[in-house]
Amino acid sequence: MRYGVLICLLLSIVFTSCKKDDEYIATPMPLSIPQLFAEKLSPPIIPGDNPQTREGIALGRKLFYDPILSGDGTQACASCHNPQNAFSDERRFSIGIDGLEGNRNSMPLFNMAWNFSEDFFWDGRAKGLENQALEPVTNPIEMHNTWEQATVSLQATSDYPLLFSNAFGTENISKELVVKAISQFTRTLISSNSKFDKHLAGEAELTTSEANGLAVFLDESRGDCFHCHGDPNTPIWTDNTFHNNGLDETITDRGLGAFTGDPRDFGLFKSPSLRNLAFTAPYMHDGRFQTLDEVINHYSEGLVYSETIDPLMKTISEGGVHLSENDKADLKAFLLSLSDPSFINNPDFQDPN
Amino acid sequence: MKKIALFLAVAISIVVVSCKSDDDTTTTPQNVNVAFTFTQNWDGNNITNADYETTVYTNAHGTDQTISKLDYLISDITFTNSTGQSFSAEDYNLISARNGTNVNFTPDVQIPTGDYVVSFTFGFDEEDNVDAAYPDLTSATWGVPTPLGGGYHYMRLEGKFDDGTPTPANYAYHTIRAFNTATSTPFDTSFEVTIGSVTVSENTNVEVKMDVSEWFINPNEWDLNVLNSALMMNYNAQLMMSQNGTTVFSLGAVTQ
Repeated sequence: MRYGVLICLLLSIVFTSCKKDDEYIATPMPLSIPQLFAEKLSPPIIPGDNPQTREGIALGRKLFYDPILSGDGTQACASCHNPQNAFSDERRFSIGIDGLEGNRNSMPLFNMAWNFSEDFFWDGRAKGLENQALEPVTNPIEMHNTWEQATVSLQATSDYPLLFSNAFGTENISKELVVKAISQFTRTLISSNSKFDKHLAGEAELTTSEANGLAVFLDESRGDCFHCHGDPNTPIWTDNTFHNNGLDETITDRGLGAFTGDPRDFGLFKSPSLRNLAFTAPYMHDGRFQTLDEVINHYSEGLVYSETIDPLMKTISEGGVHLSENDKADLKAFLLSLSDPSFINNPDFQDPN
Repeated sequence: MKKIALFLAVAISIVVVSCKSDDDTTTTPQNVNVAFTFTQNWDGNNITNADYETTVYTNAHGTDQTISKLDYLISDITFTNSTGQSFSAEDYNLISARNGTNVNFTPDVQIPTGDYVVSFTFGFDEEDNVDAAYPDLTSATWGVPTPLGGGYHYMRLEGKFDDGTPTPANYAYHTIRAFNTATSTPFDTSFEVTIGSVTVSENTNVEVKMDVSEWFINPNEWDLNVLNSALMMNYNAQLMMSQNGTTVFSLGAVTQ
């Protein structure tokens, strides 16, 4: 009998010694990876401590559209990341809760799990999607709140504590859990159903103009767009790195350099994806161009020299390679074939509140 | 009492064994890995991060130039012993010299200690240079568009040079498989580099040096004023760059 008690005790030690901490696990809901992405690209980046779950995604979606995170309860993430604009802002600069204007155009949000560098924002100042989501809430020209106040507001509601409990196993709301939920939702914002995607899948034919536009895009002596934006094998259509693309002779916005402090990074900004350009005007980090024609004209004949200009910019002394008007029109037609109307209208991405 | 003590000893050993990691066992390795370190210099002067975009180098043609980017791919590091037996993991490594990414690389192959001739391929040979075959390289936008022959870049060497105008001009010295766009004919411009003999022991590290100045010298003295960009679609330029590349690499320090 004494041995029996001892055995029970020791066996409990065995199990206790090896047992992991009890962890609440919500309903797993892995990303739905488009076939083209799965075939061509590395797997999407999902942090080990923030797996995709049904409850987490639903909570993140609700938070994304809820103005409760802002200082005066008037602005949500979606206020500057409108789904109809591929989660960008049609205004050149978004306006925060105090009526203050930013100095960068709101970045569109899609396919962010394939940002392999994990550098976010135009200037790369946030490492990882969760860290990116931390900033707008406290940014004084955006939502101008404190995380303490934001979490207190959420905690005081009738529904959020339960939703956090369902998603993360605790009703104690923290900024870490808020950005985890938002990131789970924004990782689901996958765009992969453009006309060009269908063309690659054998389901659509490019027009002659679109096909010639692709040729211009891939031609090193004409568009040479592929070095920064990839080619048909890279369906994210960006290298997710930083370049000075010859916009200004004098650098006033230091971009990546403001974050790193390295003068060699002054005026460098992240290459945006070329998907969904039909919905994301205005263009460039500061939204200076209202139309795609202006963008193409810039690369064709508007380049100007500054010390950090990227070596991929050609014949700068002449402003660029001077595309023919036909090539410009065809390039524009091809670029627009990368837009994905089903993405902006996806019911899973709309306001659930 | 002795029985209880014996029982406790057995039980505690169960606890310990139950929680033991698989990694705890140690065996004497029969074969070893070999580590490589890739370094870059300009005619013997080491190129460090601080030199990018700032240090002005004068190439063999007498043109002043700077370097902004130096990324290159090597593959199929091979160890060949005196009997002709070869060992290779047949893997690859994309080096970004400026930020130091992958300058240290250990091929995924274990070999017996001893003396070997070490070689590798600059870029991918024809067998390996398959369009979109490597998701990590494709994700890094390292691919070459199909109209330019497909497959992958071998090297992206970029920077600025003095073209005699008030502001520097850009160059993009990109090496790929040569491709005649008029006839859609490819020509393999990757090349095998034999860096020399190495004695491999348990902790061997081999330095592979790239002298960047050699890309501009021999046998083709390079005039950046003539050949500075759009070189991927320039079949003859690709042949010339491949020829120049054969004297670029050398064996550096071998540490044990």
